[in-house]
Amino acid sequence: MSVVIYIAVMALTTYLIRVIPFAAVRGKIRSRFINSVLFYIPYAVLSAMTFPAIFFATGNVITSSVGTVIALVMAYFDLPLIAVALGSSAGAFLAGWIMTAF
Amino acid sequence: MKKDFTRGMRHGIPIMLGYLSVSFGFGFLAIQKNLSILAAVGISVTNLTSAGQVAGVGVIAAGGSLLEMILCQIVINLRYSLMSLSLSQKLDQSFTLPHRLIAAYGITDEIFAVASTQPEPLKPAYLYGLILTPFIGWSTGTLLGATAGNFLPASVTTAMSLMLYGMFIAIIIPPAKKNRKILLAILLAAGFSVLLKFLLPQIGDGFSVIIAAVLSAMITAAFFPIEEGEAQS
Repeated sequence: MSVVIYIAVMALTTYLIRVIPFAAVRGKIRSRFINSVLFYIPYAVLSAMTFPAIFFATGNVITSSVGTVIALVMAYFDLPLIAVALGSSAGAFLAGWIMTAF
Repeated sequence: MKKDFTRGMRHGIPIMLGYLSVSFGFGFLAIQKNLSILAAVGISVTNLTSAGQVAGVGVIAAGGSLLEMILCQIVINLRYSLMSLSLSQKLDQSFTLPHRLIAAYGITDEIFAVASTQPEPLKPAYLYGLILTPFIGWSTGTLLGATAGNFLPASVTTAMSLMLYGMFIAIIIPPAKKNRKILLAILLAAGFSVLLKFLLPQIGDGFSVIIAAVLSAMITAAFFPIEEGEAQS
């Protein structure tokens, strides 16, 4: 089968998943429960995507954990996103370097 | 309006930088799975997802059916429906149907995270800016990964795979510090996600994220519904 067909089907499916709720829901939702769920969803989704995946991100639990701890500490002190991202990676890189050096 | 656009673009820069490394890895992977550079970039430009694209390349490489491709994308990307629904409640009145049809294309985890935590209702120009810079990062990274191969040593690229997770943590921790209810939602979601991963690994990462997130948000909402006006915070 042509790769173009695969890509078209893949793109269309992904687009429909995004556009249907985005375009169809026009009015404001009045239910306090649903609004509360929608308020918590972003934090919950990001948290569920991060844990436990972050502990395996580098393929090594130890270097990943070092990066995780650094990210948590830097985020706790309200450092910018990119600083936390780079700090976390740098920590994992150094941990990996130390582990191979000894 | 122009100010909203440039502000969106500026907010998208950290996402763009994060996407560069991830899409670089995707481009590299697509070439290894015998896709052309054009196909790799074509997938990134039309899909703008990470896990969905990786799985999609797997289906193409294995010569899977179109039904498998569709189901695979629905399962992995269904969380975007939740994000779209959540964002639909946060749109400015100027967000007419044509704008919604265009902007829906660019709802990703990170763009959603930044957009949904803005203090004011979203204007189309802001969201377009916020989509544009990450889009440039995502397509450029794919192109670089697919053409240049791995010019970085493995020790650097593996460490860089932490970048996006680091960004997620930087997004959720500061509000959780100020709001115990958000902290609870985060802890529950992480707990459910870990449990599902180890107790029911066969359900897959996409479903696991959806179940963990919806459960924790519903539990937190049932016990601690938000106050009037808190929804914009």
